[in-house]
Amino acid sequence: MSTGALSTAQPMAPVPLRVRSLRRESADTFTVSLDVSGRPGGFPFQPGQFNMLYALGVGEVPISISGDPGRPGELLHTIRVVGSVTEALRRVGRGGWMGVRGPYGRPWPLEEARGLDVVVVAGGLGLAPLRSVILHLLRHREAYGRVSLLVGARSPEGLLYRRELARWGKDPRLKVLITVDQAGPEWKEHVGVVPALLRDMALDASRTVALMCGPEVMMRFTVRELERLGVPDTRIHLSLERNMKCAVGFCGHCQLVPFFVCKDGPVLPYDRLRPFLHVREV
Amino acid sequence: MALALAPLEEHPFLRGLSPAQVKAIACEVREESFPAGALLLREGDEARTLFLLRTGRVSLELNIPGQGPRQLESLKGGDILGLSWLFPPYRWHLDARAVEPVEVFALDAACLRGPSPEHPVLEPALAMRLVRQLYERLERVRMQRLDLYKGGA
Ligand SMILES: Cc1cc2nc3c(=O)[nH]c(=O)nc-3n(C[C@H](O)[C@H](O)[C@H](O)COP(=O)(O)OP(=O)(O)OC[C@H]3O[C@@H](n4cnc5c(N)ncnc54)[C@H](O)[C@@H]3O)c2cc1C
Ligand code: FES
Repeated sequence: MSTGALSTAQPMAPVPLRVRSLRRESADTFTVSLDVSGRPGGFPFQPGQFNMLYALGVGEVPISISGDPGRPGELLHTIRVVGSVTEALRRVGRGGWMGVRGPYGRPWPLEEARGLDVVVVAGGLGLAPLRSVILHLLRHREAYGRVSLLVGARSPEGLLYRRELARWGKDPRLKVLITVDQAGPEWKEHVGVVPALLRDMALDASRTVALMCGPEVMMRFTVRELERLGVPDTRIHLSLERNMKCAVGFCGHCQLVPFFVCKDGPVLPYDRLRPFLHVREV
Repeated sequence: MALALAPLEEHPFLRGLSPAQVKAIACEVREESFPAGALLLREGDEARTLFLLRTGRVSLELNIPGQGPRQLESLKGGDILGLSWLFPPYRWHLDARAVEPVEVFALDAACLRGPSPEHPVLEPALAMRLVRQLYERLERVRMQRLDLYKGGA
């Protein structure tokens, strides 16, 4: 659960943080850096955790931390504008204030993955909570076997972190495969769905752990392909999104049958999720 | 030194078949290479080949008036390419372009279709493998059509 970087005595009270900078990622997505320089130790978090971000007077939403866990002095979130709160967060602008509480949630099982090959699968905005995983894996590269990153997006223009992806693509410590649903003739990477990339991987199922975040339909198909390749479902981990309110296991808003996604997740292993992944949200 | 390419019977599309089945399906085979940028198939041309891709990557393209060519899917070593030889009018309905240098086995459709082109009689093993490929492609196309990444993750 929470590592309690902010107040755990008052878990529902957001702390105001100033916006240090904003960077446009794509037409509807931006990355915001919040100023944690006044906090001793910065803002420690574990890859996969999220914060509740509060746009003053408008509302509060869960957003993953997309920064480098090895650099707690920088707090980053990548936000796609889909409705009123995310639009209000975009409007805050440099120098403005956002309310923050967190970090919350169960992180990616990176300790458990030590010594194994790691396949990271990201669809669309799902790359945001996985960016911190890639940065962690690169920082502790010797502790892991082969590391691959499979990324799917709607179009080349919809890809997040394009510069960084290009850099990772040239990094011999990492195998990066990118696919988009459609592209013009200038695109030189793959075109098609993410699970099809797995056929390219010569993956050793007996020593692979898969970490995945993206649209649930994409994850269901990818899980099926991983299972077909023989990856045990205890080693397939998914990050789920469910609507949230309290983020600390009080309100039941995020409930997925036996789980509260905010506190038992958002990262859960597929063997526990399997019976419930097809349950619709109420 | 270039790595030796796997022989015909080791191609994933044929793997596991008996030598007699491979011979019946691939009674006429050419080994071909295409440089990056070359077209393996051109929309409208006569369709008379099943390509088994050995190495490299090919993109299926459709020219959309006013928009130019759009890439619809990429295929790679281990995949098959080109099924329009199965049904009249035996014309390719897409372009297929080598994105990088490509090596293929080109199987002659005349012998895949059996003795009567009007009423093809496919080897059962070939028919099942083609159905499987078509089914998997249908699933991929369905998923692409959902436009999954449109809003939110
Ligand atoms: C653990 C977790 C981590 C997340 N990480 C990120 C992130 O890193 N970046 C990011 O941009 N978004 C992330 N989200 C999703 C984000 O919380 C929602 O997009 C946000 O709550 C929408 O609020 P809104 O008021 O702008 O839109 P609303 O007006 O509430 O909704 C607009 C549209 O988004 C849909 N929606 C609302 N909330 C969610 C949700 N939680 N999940 C899926 N769809 C939703 C609605 O059904 C509607 O179609 C995360 C969600 C969770 C649960
Ligand atoms: S959001 Fe309240 S219990 Fe999870």
